[in-house]
Amino acid sequence: MSETAAIQGNPEGVEGLVEDWASDKQTYNVPWGKAMMWIFLVSDTFIFTCFLTGYLNVRLTTTEPWPLQTEIFALTLFGQSIPLVLIAIMTFILITSSGSMALAVNFGYRRDKQKTFWLMVITAVLGASFVGMQAFEWTKLIVDEGIRPWGNPYGAAQFGSVFFMVTGFHGLHVTGGVIYLLIVANKVRKGHYDKKGYEIVEIAGLYWHFVDLVWVFIFAFFYLL
Amino acid sequence: MAYVPLADQDHEQELHHPHSWVEKYVWSQDHKVIAIQYGGTAVLVGLVALVLSLLMRMQLGFPETFDLIDPNAYYQSVTMHGMIMVVYMLTALLLGGFGNYMIPLMIGARDMVFPFLNMLSFWFYLLSVLILLASFFVGGGPTGAGWTLYPPQTSMAGTPGHDMGIVLMLVSLAVFIVAFTMGGLNYVTTILQYRTRGMTLMRLPLTVWGIFVATVLGLFAFPALLVSAIMMMFDTLLGTSFFMPAIIESGTPMDYEGGSPILFQHLFWFFGHPEVYIVALPAFGLVSDVLSTHARKNIFGYRMMVWAIIAIGGLSFIVWAHHMYVSGMNPYFGFFFATTTLIIAVPTALKVYNWVLTLWEGDIRLNAPMYFAIGFIFTFIHGGLTGLFLGNVVIDLPLSDTYFVVAHFHMVMGVSPVLVIFAAIYHWFPKVSGRMYHEGLAKAHFWITFLGTYAIYLPMHYLGFLGVPRRYYAIGETDFIPASAQTLNESITIAALIVGAAQLIFIFNILWSLRNGAKADPNPWGSASLEWQTPDTPPVHGNWGDKLPTVYRWAYDYSVPGAKSDFIPQNMAEEDVEMEDSAAKGA
Repeated sequence: MSETAAIQGNPEGVEGLVEDWASDKQTYNVPWGKAMMWIFLVSDTFIFTCFLTGYLNVRLTTTEPWPLQTEIFALTLFGQSIPLVLIAIMTFILITSSGSMALAVNFGYRRDKQKTFWLMVITAVLGASFVGMQAFEWTKLIVDEGIRPWGNPYGAAQFGSVFFMVTGFHGLHVTGGVIYLLIVANKVRKGHYDKKGYEIVEIAGLYWHFVDLVWVFIFAFFYLL
Repeated sequence: MAYVPLADQDHEQELHHPHSWVEKYVWSQDHKVIAIQYGGTAVLVGLVALVLSLLMRMQLGFPETFDLIDPNAYYQSVTMHGMIMVVYMLTALLLGGFGNYMIPLMIGARDMVFPFLNMLSFWFYLLSVLILLASFFVGGGPTGAGWTLYPPQTSMAGTPGHDMGIVLMLVSLAVFIVAFTMGGLNYVTTILQYRTRGMTLMRLPLTVWGIFVATVLGLFAFPALLVSAIMMMFDTLLGTSFFMPAIIESGTPMDYEGGSPILFQHLFWFFGHPEVYIVALPAFGLVSDVLSTHARKNIFGYRMMVWAIIAIGGLSFIVWAHHMYVSGMNPYFGFFFATTTLIIAVPTALKVYNWVLTLWEGDIRLNAPMYFAIGFIFTFIHGGLTGLFLGNVVIDLPLSDTYFVVAHFHMVMGVSPVLVIFAAIYHWFPKVSGRMYHEGLAKAHFWITFLGTYAIYLPMHYLGFLGVPRRYYAIGETDFIPASAQTLNESITIAALIVGAAQLIFIFNILWSLRNGAKADPNPWGSASLEWQTPDTPPVHGNWGDKLPTVYRWAYDYSVPGAKSDFIPQNMAEEDVEMEDSAAKGA
């Protein structure tokens, strides 16, 4: 019965939802890896939500004033102090990498190994440069501005604590993502997925887009708020 | 390219076949071996926690006679006993042990969808246990902050293990969460995507439903614990002030300012309350199957049972602050959380009614698993009713931090899941080992444990009403606690020692039966669910031989009117069911 349903195409909307959940064999018409990645990402969302909730909470409880982000995150270029310039570039790079990742997924499904491989490498390189710039930002904050996790000269000590903790945790996610992308890209090049199918590129892409999406929230909460 | 479900590409799937003893039993990717590794480790570490509790009881019952532990060791025992039992024993045993063993067999799969990740999950779990146990051997010993690890207490010099102990505890928890996430992703995805032909979600045994929802809860609740552990680690190691307010320690101000201890409590209980149901829901599922099988009746209200599990799972995320009525949070919160807490009692009570109604007019077979399952209904009702007391703010305030609370949560999430675990171990032992356990020893084990439970925890409710505070090394002499409280304490300790010793009967029974038990039937209880229909007992690698089973019915076709046998296996087609002659025409 369900096999004929699969041939005829799945019903849309609420009926489709009911059909999905009432079917035997599997709930979603996707490979298990993709379902697993989605569930993992929901779980990871809870981690970042807890981090951001914790951040907002300590920002309320701390007794000292919160430092001014526009001053701290300014970069002096050509003799002028420009607020948020580095972070704007970093955000731009990360969003761009999402674009190249989406292209890689597309070429993956077209089984164009060459283009998929190079687009994934480009994505990984953009990700790595993001991490590099983050390292630069951290160095500047620690060495030049004297901001430490346990205190800083600008105001509430919690500013440094949450900043290093959350951006660090996100940076680890990006680093892990870069490694993951490179491993998958290498396997793509070797033709490892010719038989299994190229869903893995999309799965890696899901993770990458998630990391970007989280960055948008971190950017808004830490640099703008 | 059309996507083909896993169950339909059975013969293209490559199973990881072990080639050596080490691959088969140590670095195993077989869900059944991993389950036994998980279960064995959990039982061993649970025994450590049991011994710790007995040490505490001896101190409380006979403070003058035994001089085994000093106040610091007492607090360390409280902490380690609680944390080990809740996280490293119950969670690991129910999800890592039973989850791993039951899910693929009950849904008709060959293994988990990602066996390698499953193997990693166990090894990370073992690592977390080793890190935790290592804290016994570092300077200062394990942390003594109570299993809730509340700051600022955790970091103050007066608390044992405030330096190394707490760090090891937090690292161990983080590693455990990684292990749980790897296992949990596997369980959820396997249940959703790897069911065999005909196994719709509404034909799943309740065990699978319980484990499924509990794992989803775990995947959403453990992040809060991970985050609070990371923040606390920063507070301890880097000197940040996430949870530490400005505070004075023996006359000198500590180097903290502006943190929020209540933030930790919120994060901790946002994990901690779902955790209660992470332990309870698999137990609910397992006990439903045991009750139904041994009562020879279908489970009463299957659909309601499933929806109750889902409702409890959802509600468990909005009740957490009922652990914090005395924390100093906004009192208006208390009203909201008291309401949700009482609402969550509705689906829970529904489940209890359905268990009792499953027994109603059943053809009950009083085997040892059934003893434990019925015992569970008793302890769970008693523990649940005291939960209604504590869920109300005004009643909770005087009872908070007394032995009433200790009695409540030990009845409802200590003893109850443990009784289910015993029921489940006895119930599935024949399938797992291929041998029968010793029935007489199992029943002796039941009676001592069950009656002992009441001897231990009923008096504690009374101690709580007297106002005896929990976590005290010794009560000493006070104006408000009568001297007779000490006699109660003595009797509790004696009962606890007897119950503790009785667990040796269980261990002996299992170990002895592994070698000397009578050979078991493939399906000794006449159970209808799929895990009893494997071609081999115990099931071999790959579970199902050449061909995956096809499922035609739900897991509870017991005593079907007109059918010759009093159960119809899930994989028996309608036309193969033998009917009694007179009823055949009607059917």
